[in-house]
Amino acid sequence: MELDSLYQEVILDHYKHPLHKGLSTEKTVQVHHVNPSCGDEITLNILLQDGVVSDVTWDGVGCSISQASVSMMSDLVHGKSLDEAFVIVDSFSELMSSKGSLQGDESLLEDAVALAGVSKFPARVKCALLGWMAFKDAAIQGRDGEKI
Amino acid sequence: MSLLDVAAIKADFPIFDKKMRNDARLVYLDSGATSHKPQQVLDAERTFYTQHNAAVHRGSHLLAEEASAAYEGAREIVSHFIGADVDEIIFTKSATESLNLLAYSFSNTNRGVFALKPGDEILVSEMEHHANLIPWQQLAKRTGATLTWFGTTDEGRLDISKIDSLISTRTKIVAITHQSNVLGSINPIHMIAEKAHTVGALVVVDACQSAPHFALDVSTLDADFIAFSGHKMLGPTGIGVLWGRAALLAQMEPFLYGGSMIESVTMESATWAPAPRKFEAGVPNMAQAVGLGAAINYLQAIGMEKIHDHEVALTNYALSGLQTIKGLRIFGPLDTVDRGGVISFALDEIHPHDAGQVLDQYGIAVRTGHHCAWPLMRKFGVAGTTRASFYLYNDLSDIDVLIDGIAATQKYFKVS
Ligand SMILES: Cc1ncc(COP(=O)(O)O)c(C=O)c1O
Repeated sequence: MELDSLYQEVILDHYKHPLHKGLSTEKTVQVHHVNPSCGDEITLNILLQDGVVSDVTWDGVGCSISQASVSMMSDLVHGKSLDEAFVIVDSFSELMSSKGSLQGDESLLEDAVALAGVSKFPARVKCALLGWMAFKDAAIQGRDGEKI
Repeated sequence: MSLLDVAAIKADFPIFDKKMRNDARLVYLDSGATSHKPQQVLDAERTFYTQHNAAVHRGSHLLAEEASAAYEGAREIVSHFIGADVDEIIFTKSATESLNLLAYSFSNTNRGVFALKPGDEILVSEMEHHANLIPWQQLAKRTGATLTWFGTTDEGRLDISKIDSLISTRTKIVAITHQSNVLGSINPIHMIAEKAHTVGALVVVDACQSAPHFALDVSTLDADFIAFSGHKMLGPTGIGVLWGRAALLAQMEPFLYGGSMIESVTMESATWAPAPRKFEAGVPNMAQAVGLGAAINYLQAIGMEKIHDHEVALTNYALSGLQTIKGLRIFGPLDTVDRGGVISFALDEIHPHDAGQVLDQYGIAVRTGHHCAWPLMRKFGVAGTTRASFYLYNDLSDIDVLIDGIAATQKYFKVS
């Protein structure tokens, strides 16, 4: 069924057992993003130390795609430098806008390549991107804050 | 239980020939968002363009005459449909525009019943669609008036227990939905209006979910204004209605200025044409108005009472069927007393967006999300719901398909 290209097993695993869920007390930046078309919300904390994302935690409500996606993202960027994290985020954004034409770079995106199928469902791309855009926003704020 | 001849009705709606995903037939349970259009409506629009197209109320040629007659004919059809005077019918692009027009007309004046000041109150409800909430929120901000609201009971009905303190001499506007687009509950407009009128408040009714589904008569409803959209009642998009009492429309300031709405113009100033022209600046959505006229003719040929009975029968059937599903929670009344054919529900461990996606594989079109009623979602502690809504072209088998689809969804996500 067409649906299986959307809901890969690994997505449902992340949905049922999300990583880094539950907000930390220590943080450099906290952001809150919503998906106004469906009401999904995410709050995300990042802790930056010397240009490295030393912690990412989040909480929120959303569909399996959005929850799995933020779980994968937080695991991916955890411990990466900001520069590395931005490369990963850009690669994922490109995958999401590919309308099914890209497979995704597994060495960079790991589990998140399972979300490649989402790019064929235009109504779901925003779900997949919710957590990533929250992270990007927080990371930019954190980076600019660190520079000052 | 009395049902319409759905096979005959469906034959009028070309969309039902469409194959959905996996070659499934279309099970359209999203009429609360927008309805489909019968051939008669499509033909009426097409005929307007192919035979009569011209800018209404302008020009001296045959086409202008015919276009004006068709447009004004549509206004007459709408006026009969709701028991109003023809000059009380204002065409807008949608209910959203109707409600904004009204809200701006209040802040465009500092005189009479439309003038608001700090200390005045605008009463709405927690179950309003954003279209009947935000225009009033913003009007309150512009004028310094205070927004107050009726709550919702846990059963999903309007909580009128505090009506005596909510409606006071401070209350200037009561804006309330006739039927909730999320819960299906039908509100006691007459009772609220009676109370509001004793303190001199104006009553605005959002009839988006009522006008398409049951007979509505403004001469007995007791409201001062009602708003609805053509596209939810078999008509085209781009056409909405605002009805207001003639005496009020005469005092009301226009919202959009421009061509057609004037009586006389100099370089320094202008005066306004009488209602409804005063509120219809510019070349209006003519073909769409004509299409709405055809839609109303279609509905009336079947009969609003019969349509309502049909929907009550479907709702009854769906409410009992849905309640047999484990892990399904319904938001809204569980019986069909003062309740229309809109059923919102949540599935344990399955987000509405995911449910909608699986149902789509079976050709089932439902609405998922907050339904433009975010405060109501907060009240029920959910981010969104899945909503099935019914109309004259649905039958019991559509509900059977929905119920099987929900079981398949639970199976897919390994919930049972
Ligand atoms: C109760 C209610 N009010 C207002 C609206 C707004 O209608 P429209 O978007 O056609 O202006 C809707 C449509 O969803 C509705 O259901």
